[in-house]
Amino acid sequence: MSATNALAADTHDTVPKLLLRNASLYGSRPAMRHKDFGIWQTWTWSRVRDEVRSFAVGLRKLGLERGEAVAIIGDNRPRLYAAFAAVQSVGGIAVPSYQDSVAEEMAYVLDHAEVKFAIVQNQEQVDKLISVADRLPHLRMVIYEEERGLVSYDHTRLQSFETVQKLGREEMRKNAGATGWWQDEIAKGKGSDVSVMLYTSGTTGRPKGVILTHDNIVISARNGNKFDHFTADDTLLAYLPMAWVGDHLFSYGQTFASGMSLACPESPETIIEDRREIAPTYFFAPPRVFENLLTQIMVRMEDAGRLKKGMFDYFLKVARRSGELILDGAPVGGKERFLYWLGDKLVYGPLKNRMGFSNIRVAYTAGEAIGPELFRFYRSLGINLKQLYGQTEATVYITLQPDGEVFADTVGKPGPDIEIKIADSGEVLYRSPGVFTGYYKNDDATRETKTSDGWVHTGDAGFFDARGHLKIIDRAKDVGRLSNGALFAPKYLENRIKFYPEIREAVAFGQGRDYVTMFINIDLTSVGNWAERNNIAYASYQELAAHPKVYEIVASRIGEMNEALAGEPQMAESQVARFLILHKELDADDGEMTRTQKVRRSAIQDRYGKLIAALYDGSTECHIATEVTFEDGRKGMVEGNLAIADVKRFQPRASAEPVREAAE
Amino acid sequence: MKADVDPKATMTGDVEPGQVMLSVENVSLSFGGVKAIRGVSFDIRKGEIRAIIGPNGAGKTSMLNVINGFYHPQEGVITFKGRRRSAMRPYIAASQGIARTFQNVALFKGMSTLDNIMTGRTLKMKRGLLSHALHFGPAKSEEIRHREAVEHIIDFLEIAHIRKAPVGKLPYGLQKRVELGRALAMEPELLLLDEPMAGMNLEEKQDMSRFILTVKDTFNTTIVIIEHDMGVVMDLSDRVVVLDYGQKIADGTPAEVQSNQAVIDAYLGVAH
Repeated sequence: MSATNALAADTHDTVPKLLLRNASLYGSRPAMRHKDFGIWQTWTWSRVRDEVRSFAVGLRKLGLERGEAVAIIGDNRPRLYAAFAAVQSVGGIAVPSYQDSVAEEMAYVLDHAEVKFAIVQNQEQVDKLISVADRLPHLRMVIYEEERGLVSYDHTRLQSFETVQKLGREEMRKNAGATGWWQDEIAKGKGSDVSVMLYTSGTTGRPKGVILTHDNIVISARNGNKFDHFTADDTLLAYLPMAWVGDHLFSYGQTFASGMSLACPESPETIIEDRREIAPTYFFAPPRVFENLLTQIMVRMEDAGRLKKGMFDYFLKVARRSGELILDGAPVGGKERFLYWLGDKLVYGPLKNRMGFSNIRVAYTAGEAIGPELFRFYRSLGINLKQLYGQTEATVYITLQPDGEVFADTVGKPGPDIEIKIADSGEVLYRSPGVFTGYYKNDDATRETKTSDGWVHTGDAGFFDARGHLKIIDRAKDVGRLSNGALFAPKYLENRIKFYPEIREAVAFGQGRDYVTMFINIDLTSVGNWAERNNIAYASYQELAAHPKVYEIVASRIGEMNEALAGEPQMAESQVARFLILHKELDADDGEMTRTQKVRRSAIQDRYGKLIAALYDGSTECHIATEVTFEDGRKGMVEGNLAIADVKRFQPRASAEPVREAAE
Repeated sequence: MKADVDPKATMTGDVEPGQVMLSVENVSLSFGGVKAIRGVSFDIRKGEIRAIIGPNGAGKTSMLNVINGFYHPQEGVITFKGRRRSAMRPYIAASQGIARTFQNVALFKGMSTLDNIMTGRTLKMKRGLLSHALHFGPAKSEEIRHREAVEHIIDFLEIAHIRKAPVGKLPYGLQKRVELGRALAMEPELLLLDEPMAGMNLEEKQDMSRFILTVKDTFNTTIVIIEHDMGVVMDLSDRVVVLDYGQKIADGTPAEVQSNQAVIDAYLGVAH
């Protein structure tokens, strides 16, 4: 196709220039779809250009100047994506803000970015902005997309999207030069211009505005498209927040760079149904979305008839055996291939259809560790689910998993044009065309994060395994060393052991010690279920946790982890030597966890110093009395003798051996 | 008072905003020996939100039933858009532009949200049963037109995600919303809402309040609302009429009614 040639020789260095190219190259092909009034409404690329143009000219009439910032707030809608292009086409800077943030947070971002206009979805957002209007001295006008509920509002500083477009169209009708002026404005744009500022919701302190240029977006998008061979024939469903870098790159950068079409769901509640109707070829979701989908399916299968259930179970077994091998193009016997083909007709196909994955060519997950079982479930059905590792500061891409090299325990190889190095501290640094310019009005933070020669600190610790794949193990600041100098990454170990259903929470110790030890919380639902099936009576968490059989189970789970760790050169020393099962569940009310269910390491160290000492002095039992806070606020004591168990450790294996281990 | 206009002035049928749309004069209703309503008079002006409040058994729902023609009062006069009303059936009220929702949701439980709201369009359908059953020619294009109107309501009430779900399976708050949707599908001039927020949590109440206000603003619909949540009543309504034991004990703006001693007594309980 001539289109692919045109793409190869692409010199368009800003997104608005890509829009003009798409309008001439793919003019009558679908660019954006939105389900509205129950029907998928389609904008072709030339329609997108027209919508963008009239809105841009209208904005200009309202006084938008080059270099001024414009906030964009709302659910994923074609008009809001068009607003990005319109703002950028006249040299403005788009500042998307999270639509679910409260007025306070929104006020901070909009004030910090000094936005002059805000383009928002609906009354909800307008109300928020009105409530903090006195704190936004720079804001001149709010433009809304949905009129509902806004009719009776004071419209002196409020306009509808349509009114602005009408203003633009009138201008173009009256003034023959307006269209040419708009194209000149686009031509004035350079790749090095700032295109967007994305505020990262940092866990500590105020959000920081990451400045990205057109080069960052366009080159990263083009590289991503090349990596997974996206063309104008692909389809993507946009449903993650527009203020998040991933959506900005995938739904905006990559669609404009490749000409692929973007589908916007009817409402946040209808995503699953909309995805089924659109059947995208490219999909991104954080692990919890995949987890929820699987849970829904499993729950429904519990209610299915015996025949269906039997068929489902049988073919899932087939898939588990051969699905991933077939997906990766590995040799598989004829009978297995036939069974897998049959399974696809009877089970996998309908299942994928239900989930909206019938046409999936590439699906990504990122953001947090995905359970290996979960990951393999989707891959075994023939869904090309992969992991990537990225950051706002990198315009997403740092590493990606290439087709055929997908492992549950890594985040892949460096993406195109991306250099990665590991600092002595274990921290991962990268340098790439996606690297941000800086944090807006925060030079200190920029200097802390980005070196003068362009390397960016990720704040994450990791290492490359024998396959050349990056493994992220922990936040860099949490990574320590054992007494022999080996890397000690507590969260890496904890996350790994928590993938076992019996284990709910774990805390690893080892900083400056000879070996690693662990506190374990068992999962009461899962272990309780097991106890019931095995006629083991227990009266409380404490009693079940202290049961010798439960210790055996946990010891064997940790043993399995140790065996796997033995195959990882950097982690072999981190095999867990001793552990104990805590007599109570770690609880936010007792200050042992944060409210978001993260372990508070230092609090636990203070509270259970005696237990930690016992883990390292060779004793087999330790007495402990702990004050606990009940849900009604009363306090009480829990005490008992905790057993301490040893776990088998393994000889470090040569690193080359278990290459396929993770994916089998 | 400005609103006390001569009914003859509005004989043409169309009522200007702020003028009396419906008036109830001296209406009494009894079931055998039980007197549900005793000589109640009040009016409803075009474009306002008019609340009817009162303790349980005060006759509020009976009053709504009188307004939409389900009950026929033994005494009194009802004037709608300047025309004195004789005994009539609810469907005539419906065809005159009066729609309502019910205290206990009255939807077709086995039908989808979409179909339920579609039933609200029945009176607007021009073609006969046969041609609709055959789904042919004008009937088909008519259905498409009505479906479009219904889709606007679905969008308006943010219930797209339950478009195809059987309403019987929906949570109560959503059923209430579907019922409002069905009433809106009639494009009513006068909308009667019988406890639209009953059994809802705070967030659902806020949503429903927003919808009611938006309906009023967007379509200039006149709304009569029966509601127990005083916060909602005071925030939403322009004028409030208070009933107790079938009698009107107060009528006025929310602030006036709130400070009325008879109302306070009725709510706190005083020996009769």
